[in-house]
Amino acid sequence: MEFPGVKALDDVSFDVHAGSIHALMGENGAGKSTLLKILSGAYTPSGGALVVGGERRVFTDTAHALAAGIAVIYQELHLVPEMSVAENLFLGHLPQKFGIVNRRALADAARRQLELIGEDIDPWTKLGQLPLAQRQMVEIAKALTRGARIIAFDEPTSSLSDREVRRLFTIIRDLKARGCAILYVSHRMEEIFELGDRITILRDGRHVETNELANLTRDTVVQRMVGRQLADIYNYTPRAHGDGGLVVEGLCGPGLAEPCSFAARAGEIFGFFGLVGAGRSELMRLIFGAAAKTAGRVTIGGRVLEIISPRDAIEAGVVLCPEDRKKDGIVPVRSVLENTNLSARRRKARAGVLIDETWEQANAQQRVEQLRVKTPTVRQLIRNLSGGNQQKVILGRWLSETVKVILLDEPTRGIDVGAKSEIYGIMQDLAKSGVCVIVVSSELPEVLGVSDRIAVMRQGKIAAILDRADANEEKLLKLALPLETARAS
Amino acid sequence: MASPSSPAPRQPLADFFDKAGMLVVLAILFLGCSLFVENFFSWANMRGLALAVSMTGMVACTMLFCLAAGDFDLSIGSVVACAGVLAAVVMNKSESITLGVLAALGLGALVGFINGFVVAKLRINALITTLATMQIVRGLGFIISGGTAVGIGLEDFFSLGNSAFLGVPTPVWITAACFSVFGFLLNRTVFGRDTLAVGGNAEAAHLAGIAVDRVKIAIFTAQGVMAAFAGIVLSSRVTSGQPNTSQGFELEVISACVLGGVSLTGGVGSMAFVIAGVLIMGIVQNAMNLLNVPTFYQYVARGLILLAAVLFDRWKRRKS
Repeated sequence: MEFPGVKALDDVSFDVHAGSIHALMGENGAGKSTLLKILSGAYTPSGGALVVGGERRVFTDTAHALAAGIAVIYQELHLVPEMSVAENLFLGHLPQKFGIVNRRALADAARRQLELIGEDIDPWTKLGQLPLAQRQMVEIAKALTRGARIIAFDEPTSSLSDREVRRLFTIIRDLKARGCAILYVSHRMEEIFELGDRITILRDGRHVETNELANLTRDTVVQRMVGRQLADIYNYTPRAHGDGGLVVEGLCGPGLAEPCSFAARAGEIFGFFGLVGAGRSELMRLIFGAAAKTAGRVTIGGRVLEIISPRDAIEAGVVLCPEDRKKDGIVPVRSVLENTNLSARRRKARAGVLIDETWEQANAQQRVEQLRVKTPTVRQLIRNLSGGNQQKVILGRWLSETVKVILLDEPTRGIDVGAKSEIYGIMQDLAKSGVCVIVVSSELPEVLGVSDRIAVMRQGKIAAILDRADANEEKLLKLALPLETARAS
Repeated sequence: MASPSSPAPRQPLADFFDKAGMLVVLAILFLGCSLFVENFFSWANMRGLALAVSMTGMVACTMLFCLAAGDFDLSIGSVVACAGVLAAVVMNKSESITLGVLAALGLGALVGFINGFVVAKLRINALITTLATMQIVRGLGFIISGGTAVGIGLEDFFSLGNSAFLGVPTPVWITAACFSVFGFLLNRTVFGRDTLAVGGNAEAAHLAGIAVDRVKIAIFTAQGVMAAFAGIVLSSRVTSGQPNTSQGFELEVISACVLGGVSLTGGVGSMAFVIAGVLIMGIVQNAMNLLNVPTFYQYVARGLILLAAVLFDRWKRRKS
């Protein structure tokens, strides 16, 4: 399988046993997604084959893979939000007579399937109204209705809360007990070691190792993935903090329950932890002018900023790397060059109108080298890059501007260890150069590893702000949990 | 003519085919018609062909921007008609060519601005918005003209559509100028690059500080002005304002763009694509006329060609 200019997978072989959970790890661009796409029939391999239950198969269509009992649960769920849960479960093979859907049979069958995975959802609920975690459950149930015996999960926990993750794990273990072969792709080391039986590690499209997890440690897995030893991926070094940071006072707006205030100094890395939906992204969007604030003010170095649009924010030196890279960050059909220069070209244009092509080429080239973006040329379409490299291009976009405050919303979500460590390095460098770095993260080790101070958000407000020395996983989690559950536990 | 941006061709042949796929088709088509269609390759026919595609060509320039930004505009056919009628009526009343032209351009700008405002600010789908203005403006054309063609009394005005420079009709010169100006605008200006970014991902463009609404409103306004200008040229050519004219013109223009390889989903397009599309469409039409293909069959043929072009494009994209 080849991507334009990049060979995504090269002679990879391993086997997955029935009744076992097989982890698949590798950095971004290591070839995991390509492998899954071949498994699901979305891509046809240029060589080699799959052997399913002793039978050699090459899928040229996703329907073939389904018929062979293979289902892939992707990060982006393949469901129709406008349709009911029941219809989604049986999409393509609805119980029917002469083309007329038998609604009662459909509802009964849907209920049975949902019970199998212990979900109590009304089958007529519109799928779009369910929270993400439940939609994922529906996707799993859907795979089971097709009689899937081999189920692959692609980063299934990337947007789930801890409780939802526990629930998902119970179901995955249950599938294993029923004899399904599970292929589990994740960047989260803890999950792999908790859940997995065996592991296959890929690097740069090549097979590195397949082994029992019991024979490996976290450090050895990371080593094999990156091909070098990573001491401390956060590489935290204390920095001097200066004046002229970001001060947010009484900010109100959509998604916030109470006015939010905090002050982050220049040269500081200021973390925001919280559960999904705690209002962290909303707060970032309000500061950046992507959502309209109803009250409050934002100042940098004592100067009040009049921000009503992202452009105002960028001009004031405040920039945002959005949480959803694909939806809000990149322009997929345009090149790395254009995506890098998307914002700064306005300032660099001759007479504010004519594109300065020399500068554009040089700037894109410089950012690609500086951030070590893996791309054949800067003319490559950004959609052909892996997630980590796309994120680096967005960072490059902002490094092309004069930045005082950078807001990073889940900057390493879905990104492999190697690229993560590089992004932490970039954050440190930015802070060292006097930029105020604000990081939103749902990963406890990350937020603890990189931040000088950490604000914890809970249900639309800032619950507490802790110094690095005072913070630990337990404290942060307790502060982040909704009050009722905190009392109950 | 601004060329599509490709400074360092790495794999010359593949790159060439990718960038110039439709230009190759155009060249083959032109050669084929020259060899096998009698009277095709003659100065008189070339002149007629160029004149026939000049209006589509002009309006396709701004339609390219519309499509590149992820929208499209169905109201242009009505604007062409209404602008022509308004120009005729105002000229007859005021005895001033300038006033007539300004009134028509003003109408185009207004309709375009309303389209843009409703699409960008009120977030109404471009299909619905321009479908509505298409009917409103068509109706206005009939109201202004009283339902019949309005003959123009100022003979000086006819030279716009009927004169020639160096043997080439003025409308063809105008179209060529439009191709260069808008090609340059798309490739070399911030506005052009922003247009493609907005079409490629409006939210990402917004978060990168691009004033998405302003870009869209500007594009629709330019589209309205351009359609009105085409209407003025047309009324000069036929020496009257015709409220019935140019029905289905919008689909012809969009077809030409898509034929050339402009993406309907936005973010992808270049002026070379548009020129290729416009010329392919024109040559096919011209050849069918020369071969005396009955009009009814011409519709079928044009539809099939459009379908084939889109399928070819998809096939090409899958291969790469």
